Amino acid sequence: MNPGMTLIVKNTARLITGFIAVFAVHIALTGHLTPGGGFAGGVILAAAAVLVVLAFGRKGAGAMADEPGTHVWDAAGAMGFLVVALCGYFLGAFFLNFMPHGRVGDLLSAGTIPLSNLAILVKVGAGLAGAFLALSAFRLFKTLPRGHWRAGEPGAGFGSLR
Amino acid sequence: MEILLPLLVALPLGVAFGIVILAHVPALRRATGVLAAAAVLANLVIAVRIFNLPSMAFHVGGWGGGKTLGIELVCDGLAKVMLVTVNFIAFVAIVFAGPYMRRFTKLWLFQSLFLLMTGAMNAVVLAGDLFNLFVFIEVAAIASYALVAFGTEAEELEAAFKYLVLGTVGSAFILLGVAILYSLTGQLNMAKVAQGLTVIGSGPAVLLAAAALIGGLALKAAMVPFHAWLPDAHPSAPAPISAMLSGLLIKTSGIYALARIVFNVLGPTTQYAYILIILGAASMVIGMFLALGQWDFKRLLAYSSISQAGYIVLALGAAAYLVATGGETWVAKLCLFGAFFHLFNHAAFKSLLFLSSGAIEQQAGTRQLREMGGLVRTMPVTSFCCRVGALSISGVPPFSGFFSKLVIIISLALAARTSDNPALMYTLCAIAVGVAVGTLLMYIKVQRYALEGPQAAAGAEVKEAPVLMCAALVILAIVCLGAGVALLGFREYIFDPVSGALLGALR
Amino acid sequence: MSIAIYILTFAVLLVGLYAVVAKKNIIKIIVGILVIDYAVNMLLVLIGYRSGGAAPILDKGLEKEKAVAELAKTGVDPLPQAMVLTSIVIGLGLTALMVALAVRLYQKYGTFDMGRIRGLKG
Repeated sequence: MNPGMTLIVKNTARLITGFIAVFAVHIALTGHLTPGGGFAGGVILAAAAVLVVLAFGRKGAGAMADEPGTHVWDAAGAMGFLVVALCGYFLGAFFLNFMPHGRVGDLLSAGTIPLSNLAILVKVGAGLAGAFLALSAFRLFKTLPRGHWRAGEPGAGFGSLR
Repeated sequence: MEILLPLLVALPLGVAFGIVILAHVPALRRATGVLAAAAVLANLVIAVRIFNLPSMAFHVGGWGGGKTLGIELVCDGLAKVMLVTVNFIAFVAIVFAGPYMRRFTKLWLFQSLFLLMTGAMNAVVLAGDLFNLFVFIEVAAIASYALVAFGTEAEELEAAFKYLVLGTVGSAFILLGVAILYSLTGQLNMAKVAQGLTVIGSGPAVLLAAAALIGGLALKAAMVPFHAWLPDAHPSAPAPISAMLSGLLIKTSGIYALARIVFNVLGPTTQYAYILIILGAASMVIGMFLALGQWDFKRLLAYSSISQAGYIVLALGAAAYLVATGGETWVAKLCLFGAFFHLFNHAAFKSLLFLSSGAIEQQAGTRQLREMGGLVRTMPVTSFCCRVGALSISGVPPFSGFFSKLVIIISLALAARTSDNPALMYTLCAIAVGVAVGTLLMYIKVQRYALEGPQAAAGAEVKEAPVLMCAALVILAIVCLGAGVALLGFREYIFDPVSGALLGALR
Repeated sequence: MSIAIYILTFAVLLVGLYAVVAKKNIIKIIVGILVIDYAVNMLLVLIGYRSGGAAPILDKGLEKEKAVAELAKTGVDPLPQAMVLTSIVIGLGLTALMVALAVRLYQKYGTFDMGRIRGLKG
């Protein structure tokens, strides 16, 4: 029994996950120009991870379903945010926006805000993916046996999150 | 030296996330505990260093000057006392937690959450604007929900769920109050909101905001109509977390925030004073009666926390009443001195009692008073420290609890003689004396059943607690013994800035 | 129009509070807490609203001082929006924690009914 969902779902997930991740990074990077920012980008990145785990099952997803890894990335994102704040700290005030502000509307403007957005992207993405993996590790209800509704026939039917 | 203020918040938070990363490196697993204790010790050193400096404010991001919207960290007299209290008790708790938490797995998670809670409590004390206060109250609360459920036994999960539901409703009401105050004044900075409110006066919108804020904060402080979460949450948590919750969390996110908002933001009027007095008196009396009938050691301590927190809120209410009715200012200052002295003392001896109950639970295996007995013979150090804590909370001289309760009772009697409502103040004084007697009774019961008495059936092979746990208990016992006499000698130096901060500058 | 919307927001808050107080199923209590959070967030956004106002985003290419002055006259207040963002994130963390606790409670007690989860008494 193949883990995960059917072939159509798996191929579509393979094609589209990259685009979702790029979109998430875009929303986080242009957070100082358009609505969104780090948190919204992180949520979309976590949605990409959730899509992979749902389509391929926990065993098939491999490195994307590694829960201790999400802890490390989560903490790394938080440390990145703190490092940005502390760099300003040694130059004057905590969270000082010490990089050049640039022109309004440029991509490379608003000082340290894009860096903070990237750190938040990593943290929120890892955090939400970790929360999903931790919650999906519980087995609440017994799964029905395969082919339960067709008495006597084994096999076939839909995949499972095994 | 105001550059040190953000470090008090950033250091625990940074080390918390650093511990998460280090815990996944196999070679450094053991180092996380030492790192956590070192971070809290560094925080304590900074807090003591700041204590001698004059009041200061720090604008995050350099947004000071004339700009009206920015996050400000304010360290005035009250904040300094609270900072030393928070960091000291957190240090003792994490030293105790070293040997105690060995029965659990995932120690790095415990240390990380503990540091998050400590950093958030430091930020609550330092907060200079309303929304920052709310955010860090929430962070500390979420860390505490996870810590109460840490053992994931059935009872701990149920207690954590009830605590979570009630705490979230309280926080929603706090945010509602902050939102209404923002809509009225257009400011979030506490000083500027106070100025805006003097212009607006006291209409129904201000009363609604005040009701929402006081209601939400009274729930965080476990005052009596809102206390239902505390008797389940505090006993079910592991012992160092019970000490932190009972000794620190209900005080910083409950009583300290209530004092800030009633005195500095809203301004003490007779309405708010009556509310505080009623909350305090009800908590004292009902907490005491409910504690007298308990046979579970930690549940008795939890109800006793409600009662002693009522003492502090009663003193705050009396001070607010005196200021609002134009009474003698020096009596109000004495009330505030009594309140915050009792806050520090209660943090010390309640933590001592909870930690010793944890030591007893680990060694003797039970929390029920009827099943303990004769621990004086088998656990001498722990029972000596437990006795010091029990005598201190009962108000027996020369321990610290005697002095702080004496100051509260004397200030209530003086308020009765000099204010325009002597009947109210004499009643409150009588209630305070009565509750002190009741507290003495309940702790005589604790000592009789836990420490004295015939040895329990399974008590023969009970050994003394490990060294680090005993060291933490002894440190707290020394503070309980010495704090009374020492602090009374240093009253002007330590506690006059507290009253100055609450009564004078901002309103 | 304006007073009716605020009254409706408070009505949503009270509906959420009713669900927390009166319902026995854990999932319904969680939904009640979510509704309370939504109501307070909605109130915060409404506070910053100005009818006919513009979104508080500076356009590219305009003079910075003129654009800021223009925004101050006609724009919606951005500070409550920042507060709401923080509040939504806090609500997310709380929801994750509540759901995890509910799942674990089901594993231990076998039921979602708060009336039957009564291990702690007195």
